[in-house]
Amino acid sequence: MIGIRDLEFAYTDSDFRLRIEELSVAPASTTAFIGPSGSGKTTLLNLIAGILLPDSGTVETNGTVVTDLSERERRAFRVEGVGLVFQEFELLEYLTVLDNILLPYRINSALRLEPAVRDRAAALAERVGIADKLNRLPRRLSQGERQRVAVCRAVLTDPPLLLTDEPTGNLDPVNREKVLDILFDYVHESGTTLVSVTHDHEILERFAEVVDFRSFHAFGPSA
Amino acid sequence: MSGTSYLALRYLVFHRWKTAVLVTALTLILFLPVGLRVLVRQSSEQLTSRAEATPLLIGAPGSPTELVLNSLYFGSDVPATIPYTESDLVEGTGLATPIPLYVRFRVREQPIVGTTPEYYGFRNLELADGRLPAILGEAVLGAAAARALEVGVGEHVISSPESVFDIAGVYPLRMLVTGVLEFSDTPDDNAVFVDIKTAWVIEGLGHGHQDLARPEAAAGVLRREGNVVIGNASVMQYNEITSENIDSFHFHGDPSAFPATAVIAVPADDKASALLQGRYQDGSTVQIVRPDAVMADLLGTVFTVERYVVAGAAIVGLATLATALLVFLLSLRQRSRERETLSKIGGSPAAITALMGSEIVFVLATALTLAALLTWLASRYGAEAARAVVGL
Repeated sequence: MIGIRDLEFAYTDSDFRLRIEELSVAPASTTAFIGPSGSGKTTLLNLIAGILLPDSGTVETNGTVVTDLSERERRAFRVEGVGLVFQEFELLEYLTVLDNILLPYRINSALRLEPAVRDRAAALAERVGIADKLNRLPRRLSQGERQRVAVCRAVLTDPPLLLTDEPTGNLDPVNREKVLDILFDYVHESGTTLVSVTHDHEILERFAEVVDFRSFHAFGPSA
Repeated sequence: MSGTSYLALRYLVFHRWKTAVLVTALTLILFLPVGLRVLVRQSSEQLTSRAEATPLLIGAPGSPTELVLNSLYFGSDVPATIPYTESDLVEGTGLATPIPLYVRFRVREQPIVGTTPEYYGFRNLELADGRLPAILGEAVLGAAAARALEVGVGEHVISSPESVFDIAGVYPLRMLVTGVLEFSDTPDDNAVFVDIKTAWVIEGLGHGHQDLARPEAAAGVLRREGNVVIGNASVMQYNEITSENIDSFHFHGDPSAFPATAVIAVPADDKASALLQGRYQDGSTVQIVRPDAVMADLLGTVFTVERYVVAGAAIVGLATLATALLVFLLSLRQRSRERETLSKIGGSPAAITALMGSEIVFVLATALTLAALLTWLASRYGAEAARAVVGL
């Protein structure tokens, strides 16, 4: 589960300030963060993932108090425990689909790229319908296919927590449904916790929980 | 291969043209100063060693450089000639052994060196196959010349006409190859050696033709004036010297006045050398030069030019390095989003730095390897190529 208490965060170069007294996300649940732009949804994802550190308060994920970890420990926590999917996919243009999926194993010396990992990458690609495109470069893929590659990359390490930031923001309706099907099928089968930032209210019914950031009264200049 | 090295290689392969340009630029700036230095040093060593092995050179007044380049390196510029008698005069002094040279004609690109048998011993040239020329019309080839002309012992080479438009000029002479020399890594490798009299035959100073006294040559007789038979244009001249026609070959004029481009003088000792040089101090009809001094002058100029070129190359190199650095920095800036992504999915700053650093290392390592290869090629083949370029 995810537990957040008395969290305060501000960027040094802006007036934005995020304040959350308490927020919890149940394990193996699906939660959507909604709210207007600039309300702190993506910032909270980054805080949960340990990419950012709050000015005060605690973030606890699956029993680990992320805010107590050093930079190195937070990185290790992210590698082992968090899968990330971005709105812009963030695939590396110079890597093939397979190498993009395997990227966490290429860039983290803590992870060993063994044949079983390659097999898992191929199996994931098969599952999301891009098995015949493993040797293609991202520029030769459709938007929907790129996001599917990004999903495969995020779940390759079988993380207990999947954080997605506008995963369907750049997709047409058909691809949006496909990607959501893939995500939800995966989290239901694996028991992964899914937290997703979205502006798309049409997809909210798929989520078990919806957190509206307006309810926090947590944005705007600090008093 | 580590993950970061793999990613770096994929990046460079993906941007192959950008990488190729960068590698080429870095290779050139690394190679140019070093390669040029190696090339110049090696060429100068070869030129100097041959010059130092040639004590004195006697030739017509004029450019000492041209005389030395033609006589030692068989350059294509032919200096004014001196009469062959100069060789006899040197011998007559008892101060030095003369070796006459007549370097004017060519077999395709290969210079024909008309000389005497003493030349081979003087240059320590050994036969790889066959024997030295014994009679008129025979030739022995340097190793590279045999390879270039694709001929061996028992085959023939033909002297090239000096001008295809001059029908009254030098006629080609077909010569039997009697031997091929061992490779010596000197200009001798590219030469076709003949007896100096054979060179005179090529020039037309000696020739062979039908015997007009014989009945089958009657059609060639223009008229008879007493014992003198004057032939007409139909008289057949021989363009090859064989055992059947060698007796018909003869020279017109005084052989002592026949041309030589130079005479190598090999003095018995330093004193003989000094005395001989003293005798030619006048220099009005012939000049005597010390090839090592001539080459030292020439190479002094070359070294000065080399220093300027190397300095220029170094400046261009620094500018190129600065540009390459700028390219890398701009590339890093352009890839800030990629770095952010790598960081988010768990890439440590060290791993990300290693990735970007590996790209620089790969580019530099490739450029260094190529520059080293080019430098090796320059040291191996550069001097030969430089000689070919400047016609030596």
